[in-house]
Amino acid sequence: MTHPPGQLAISLLLAAALLAGAAGAADAPGGSPLAQTIARVQPKIVKIYGAGGFRGMEGYQSGMLISPDGHVLTVYSYVLDTDYIRATLADGRRFDAKLLGADPRLEVAVLKIDAADLPYFDLDGAVAIDSGTRVLALSNVFGVATGNEPASVQHGVVSITAPLSARRGVFETPYRGPVYVLDAMTNNPGAAGGALVTRQGQLAAMLGKELRNSLNNTWLNYAVPIEELRESVEAIRTGKFDPERSDQPEAKPERSLQLTMLGIVLVPDVLERTPPYVDQIRPGSPAAEAGIRPDDLVLLLGDRLIQSCQALDEELQYIDYEDPAKLTVLRGQDLLELTLQAKIEEEPQSP
Amino acid sequence: MIRPHSAISFGKALAVAILGLGLWTGPASANQDALPADDSPVLRAEARRVAVMDRVKDSVVAIFAANGSGGGSGVVISSDGYALTNFHVVKPCGNAMKCGMADGQLYDAVIVGLDPTGDVALIKLFGRDDFPHAQLGDSDLVRSGDWCFAMGNPFLLASDFRPTVTYGIVSGVHRYQYPAGTLLEYCDCIQTDASINPGNSGGPLFDADGRLIGINGRGSFEKRGRVNVGVAYAVSINQIKNFLGHLHGGRIVDHATLGAQVGTDEDGRVLVDSILEQSDAYRRGLRYDDEIVSFGGRPISTPNGFKNVLGIYPKGWRVPLSFRRDAERYDVLVRLRGLHGTEELLEKTAGRPQNLPMPIPKPAEEPKEDENPKDGEKPEPGEKPAPKAPLPSPDGRPPMRMMPAKVPMPQIVKDHFQQKRGFANYYFNKLHRDRVWQAWRARTDFSSGRGTWTFGGQLDGESFRFELTDADGLFELASGEVRWTAGDDFTRSLAPPHSGGLLPALYLWRRLAIEGPDKFGDVNYLGTVPLPGRKGLADALVGLYKGVECRFLFDPAEGHLLALEMFSAEDADPCEIYLTDYQEAGGRYLPRQMEVRVGDTVYGVFQCDEFTFEETP
Repeated sequence: MTHPPGQLAISLLLAAALLAGAAGAADAPGGSPLAQTIARVQPKIVKIYGAGGFRGMEGYQSGMLISPDGHVLTVYSYVLDTDYIRATLADGRRFDAKLLGADPRLEVAVLKIDAADLPYFDLDGAVAIDSGTRVLALSNVFGVATGNEPASVQHGVVSITAPLSARRGVFETPYRGPVYVLDAMTNNPGAAGGALVTRQGQLAAMLGKELRNSLNNTWLNYAVPIEELRESVEAIRTGKFDPERSDQPEAKPERSLQLTMLGIVLVPDVLERTPPYVDQIRPGSPAAEAGIRPDDLVLLLGDRLIQSCQALDEELQYIDYEDPAKLTVLRGQDLLELTLQAKIEEEPQSP
Repeated sequence: MIRPHSAISFGKALAVAILGLGLWTGPASANQDALPADDSPVLRAEARRVAVMDRVKDSVVAIFAANGSGGGSGVVISSDGYALTNFHVVKPCGNAMKCGMADGQLYDAVIVGLDPTGDVALIKLFGRDDFPHAQLGDSDLVRSGDWCFAMGNPFLLASDFRPTVTYGIVSGVHRYQYPAGTLLEYCDCIQTDASINPGNSGGPLFDADGRLIGINGRGSFEKRGRVNVGVAYAVSINQIKNFLGHLHGGRIVDHATLGAQVGTDEDGRVLVDSILEQSDAYRRGLRYDDEIVSFGGRPISTPNGFKNVLGIYPKGWRVPLSFRRDAERYDVLVRLRGLHGTEELLEKTAGRPQNLPMPIPKPAEEPKEDENPKDGEKPEPGEKPAPKAPLPSPDGRPPMRMMPAKVPMPQIVKDHFQQKRGFANYYFNKLHRDRVWQAWRARTDFSSGRGTWTFGGQLDGESFRFELTDADGLFELASGEVRWTAGDDFTRSLAPPHSGGLLPALYLWRRLAIEGPDKFGDVNYLGTVPLPGRKGLADALVGLYKGVECRFLFDPAEGHLLALEMFSAEDADPCEIYLTDYQEAGGRYLPRQMEVRVGDTVYGVFQCDEFTFEETP
């Protein structure tokens, strides 16, 4: 456990330079190095407004620009569960944002706004960091900033990189990968989707949703490394996990799959967007055999993001009744991928 | 405070210090061989920070209610013991409190002024004339990312009154936090990630050089219990500077409203949603749907930005406003209305705050009535009932006593406290009223000029003459004259026409000069206010007489009367008289120029070259 002397010297020099700047001893035009880093990163932070706004469910979260033409990386949450998502850029410009897609397994979503020549984080340039790294967290925590007001900045140190699954059952999240655990109070209402950057402004991770430890009632401050998200984000950008059919819909098969063929009864569709929870499973049905249970929440059909009962009904129409259907469901905190094969000996009943 | 007595202990100390501050950029292993030399920039920076904290800690105050019912923090800002804290900290204390400082001493203190809307209070400590005090910074220079630190007494931990320090960065500036009702509104505040916990309320937020940039008082407490969540807010010191004159004057200060509500349109422009026709803003031309461009010298792009500017000014101040209508830009100076009615503010100040921005920590054991310290007795540091660290109450509603248990007021506090309706402590109002009056009289003593006043000169190339007596006034031009008689209600005769009441205003000038504040009528110290076209703030006295309100603005350095503003009604433009070019004549300093304005128009610029003050009527 010894440092190469050179590396340590450089680290300390850097720290000293930052400190000296911060102390106001040599304030260059544009402020301390820290202020300059913040000024560089702020234009890439996005304030996101959507569903919520009632007790304990804030109707806002944070995000970051990841392309010059308006791709916004954020967390997949109830805030995005609306047709009316608004994104406010650092300069105060407001846009309608479209949910391009979301990977519920990683709780990551990509929005698209109609803009060009934006400052952005290049995900390929995101860095991996070690415990002990000093970091800045930028987010619209508590929604304190509006319009062109800059996002909040907090400072901290990566305490450890640890998999969330190490405490399986403790945190209510399907994400099981590694996270940077932080020593700063970063994960508050509205902070999810914010950027964790190094003191030099390099993107390292995305602030996660609020996670409460169900054993001791404490809250976890963490961020998900970009390298864990990169592949999924790329998939979303190329059309995977799209909640909507593209402009030229695929042809529907002559005979499509129906929920009744699978033996699934969803909860009554009473809302504009009723979450597709399973209400009942017909005994002996394909769903029963595959292990689907009442109260499972359907998240994906194949690679298609399912946001409502109606969406599941519609998407099934694109699957031939003889083909297997792959469902990703959320059961408690666990994500399950289950494959169902409709039984064809039985004549399907007309709906 | 690292003293390198030996290499090993030094190394350990450094390792601890560096780890504690999160300076370590590599894996956290303590390799003493690779530690930097004594003169490394890291050590110098650290030593500097330690020295700054060591210096400023002496100005920090731990505030306790005299009956032990609560506490908080504060910071001394002058050698004679004036200290800033939160309104919500002193409220449960009543009019007297006990203040512990880093020297281990407990000092008596009295309430001086209150700003319930801004959650600020000014108190005065007794017992020294050389109190260590903080230097006020310029919070407009504070930027996101600046290092800062908070000092105070979180959870009432310090039994020896030495403050707790928590270090962080500025997370955001010019933040807006909604009020509870109309009180405790945090406008234009500084957001920090330095830990702020119950008990830190009222304490200082310092910049890296130890300058006072804010008063900590609020956190974003929502679902996680009432402890630090990494998001705390400090009232900016520049806002407090605007109110400080009023606070020194023993007042319960009101904040302001423009008389207009704003909102944003689809393009994010800030537009006037509604406007009160009685407001000065309306008289200056602001109308529904006008776009607010700038306010108080700041560009406005969000409603929060607008409310931030509004929140930093006391009622009655005049603030520049720029607005746009049909591509035409208008720049005006607007006089801000009070946020509350006078009675409304007093009621709300006396009532229980609806939602405390920060819980008041309470010592675990309540001292019983008979255990209270006796009159004037100063408990030694060790004798303080050692407060256990109280955990925040789970319901987030700390028990709060509105009527503190009766504790006899120490004599020194009694000597500096005077109850009067509408004031936090009238003693200090009188103090400043008399100070301003004495400074004016030192420059211009009229005790031997109680007869007819006559002065004349040139107005636009024409000769003019004024004549003022106890009973009437005369304004004479070559082209005519106006006579005015002092009746029972000055608002009925605002002569000459279109002047807003120049003759009654001059009459009141003479009356204050001759009679002084005690005999004038009802005169008190208003505080400090800006004067158009002049740098710095002016001391203001406000007098009520025969139905009008007259403000007399004085140069705080020279003592001269700079301006008079006579209001005949709350929703009418006052008659403004600006007195400049003071010169000495016959032992008195007199203005050679007198500019009279009403609303947007200049009534006249009088060049005065001849004054006569008759000795006796």
